[in-house]
Amino acid sequence: MLKNTYREVCEKKGKPLFIPFVVLGDPDKCKTFEIIRTLIQSGADALELGLPFSDPPADGPVIQAADTRALRSGIRVDDCFDILKEIRASTDIPIGLLVYFNLVLQRGIGKFYSDCQKSGVSSVLIADLPLEHAGEVLPEASKHSIAPVFLISELTDEKRLEKICKVAGGYLYIVSYLGVTGLADSVFENKIKMVIKRARKYSDLPLFVGFGINTVKQAKMAGRCGADGVIVGSRIVREIPDTERIKKTCRMFSKVFCT
Amino acid sequence: MKTMGKFGRYGGCYVSELLMPVLRKVEKAFLEFKDDRGFKAELSGLLKNFAGRPTPLTELKNLSCEIGCRLVLKREDLLHGGAHKTNNVIGQALLAKRMGRTELIAETGAGQHGAATAMAGALFKIPVKIFMGEKDIERQASNVQRMKLFGAEIIAVSSGSKSLKDAINEALRYFTARSATAYYLFGTVAGPHPFPSIVAHFQQIIGEEARYQCLERFGKLPHTVCACIGGGSNAIGIFRAFLKDKKVRLVGAEAGGLGLRSGKHGAALCRGRPGSLHGSFSYCLQDFDGQIQEAHSISAGLDYPGVGPEHSALKDAGSAQYVAVTDRKALAAFFRLSKTEGIIPALESAHALAAAFDMAKELKSDDIMLVNLSGRGDKDLDHIMSSPNHHA
Repeated sequence: MLKNTYREVCEKKGKPLFIPFVVLGDPDKCKTFEIIRTLIQSGADALELGLPFSDPPADGPVIQAADTRALRSGIRVDDCFDILKEIRASTDIPIGLLVYFNLVLQRGIGKFYSDCQKSGVSSVLIADLPLEHAGEVLPEASKHSIAPVFLISELTDEKRLEKICKVAGGYLYIVSYLGVTGLADSVFENKIKMVIKRARKYSDLPLFVGFGINTVKQAKMAGRCGADGVIVGSRIVREIPDTERIKKTCRMFSKVFCT
Repeated sequence: MKTMGKFGRYGGCYVSELLMPVLRKVEKAFLEFKDDRGFKAELSGLLKNFAGRPTPLTELKNLSCEIGCRLVLKREDLLHGGAHKTNNVIGQALLAKRMGRTELIAETGAGQHGAATAMAGALFKIPVKIFMGEKDIERQASNVQRMKLFGAEIIAVSSGSKSLKDAINEALRYFTARSATAYYLFGTVAGPHPFPSIVAHFQQIIGEEARYQCLERFGKLPHTVCACIGGGSNAIGIFRAFLKDKKVRLVGAEAGGLGLRSGKHGAALCRGRPGSLHGSFSYCLQDFDGQIQEAHSISAGLDYPGVGPEHSALKDAGSAQYVAVTDRKALAAFFRLSKTEGIIPALESAHALAAAFDMAKELKSDDIMLVNLSGRGDKDLDHIMSSPNHHA
């Protein structure tokens, strides 16, 4: 199916997007289809999907457990691309991939991006590839029309943000949480507002907030701060493999931004 | 970043964007202080009066007779704390103090680096959190006790394989969250830039001393220098001083585990492929897709599927050679040194000794075989004596 870009979807909806995240192959190849279909049917405006990796330090414990489940079931990177192809055949919403660099490297950077293109992937975020190393993949990403997504946070200073915005594509991933426990919602809101304001100065890409959006209240707040979408991972992954509960959780979030 | 910490094509800084601001701060502080007169004076004072540097060279008369060349040990086992780890933790804790950091965090496998960091935290009055796999907490009880005695908090890591690589993942996660106040005191010459350079800098005193002591005592350089390789910090520590001496052969001994063919080993350089793990591009044990595999070794300190990027560069350039030593050979060397010379080596260091025994026949009787005895073996006694097939 022809895929829509993040910008098109944002413009068409006119409200922030709900973007669920799950790990491909979690808990196994068969069940993962059912889960991803549930996400699409329960109001996902776009999908963010992770390739399972053995050592994912940029993710929290819930996502790492999902990676482990997927790998234990015997899932391979080849299987993940098969799954992606099949999902793409049934939907036109944007599909983003979250990966770790070693999986890209071992497949071969060119082959990896070519496979992404063939499987209908819209964007790729490499969790452990900062701006300084991005040059190693950008030519292949551009050659295969895959949008390179970058993370930014309150710790990204303006100089760096400007450089990131020059090469970023698809959307900017605003990390809301930084893993700190017990952060008051008001502090959180001010921080997100500040990062969004800064990012708007240098980029007209959609701004999605993720990492640590666990409640509807937080999702609403991200919307109020001016985010173009929220990415919800752990909160949904926690419910796997119970598709009924996944459906319920997704509906709860998608209702927040419903048109 | 001033540099990306490249050693040939290896190294770099493959971490989340979120860690870049703090790693830049660490690099900046390191470049500022490493040649600062006050910093150097404080460091060398501590190394001398707290840690007990310089450590001696010991020529092993009994074993030299047996193996047919002059076997000389660099005695890092005599350093306070019982291993070379002390050099690194004092240097980095001092750096953290200068940076005004209020918390030290560290990963540990065998518990040696954890205990050393806890010790430095006590010395510098900085609170310490140690990340340690649940499996390792079980098998390294005495080091866990030491850490607690020094006042450190131990965080049990239950994710993944519950060992060193997962402790590093968890510590990186925590560091990302607390990057405004914490200092990640990395234990070896691996990890993202600037850690491989920082750790090597604080460990190279081993080789500087050893080279000088060798020339002064024996009037010549060693023929071969042997060191064990987990992440590779004691090896880089002793190798660096000899890199310009083209005639000196440098040998790194990796964990051969149950044998390279068994698949149960920790020989990243001998059997791995270049890949990116824990922030740097270097040899590592991985499957076809790039999933990192678990290492195996009788010695917890060598039980790591990666290796420092500088070793990868030395290997490719042919500047050092790397061999694998099996659990069995390391154990035999452990007993041989204890019985013949009255020195109990750490199981890690016993790998270097075993490699030296193997290579001794290539040396003439007057050639010097220098082995870095990176740590003492008291910590390993429980483990060895309780294993069914020890032959004491």
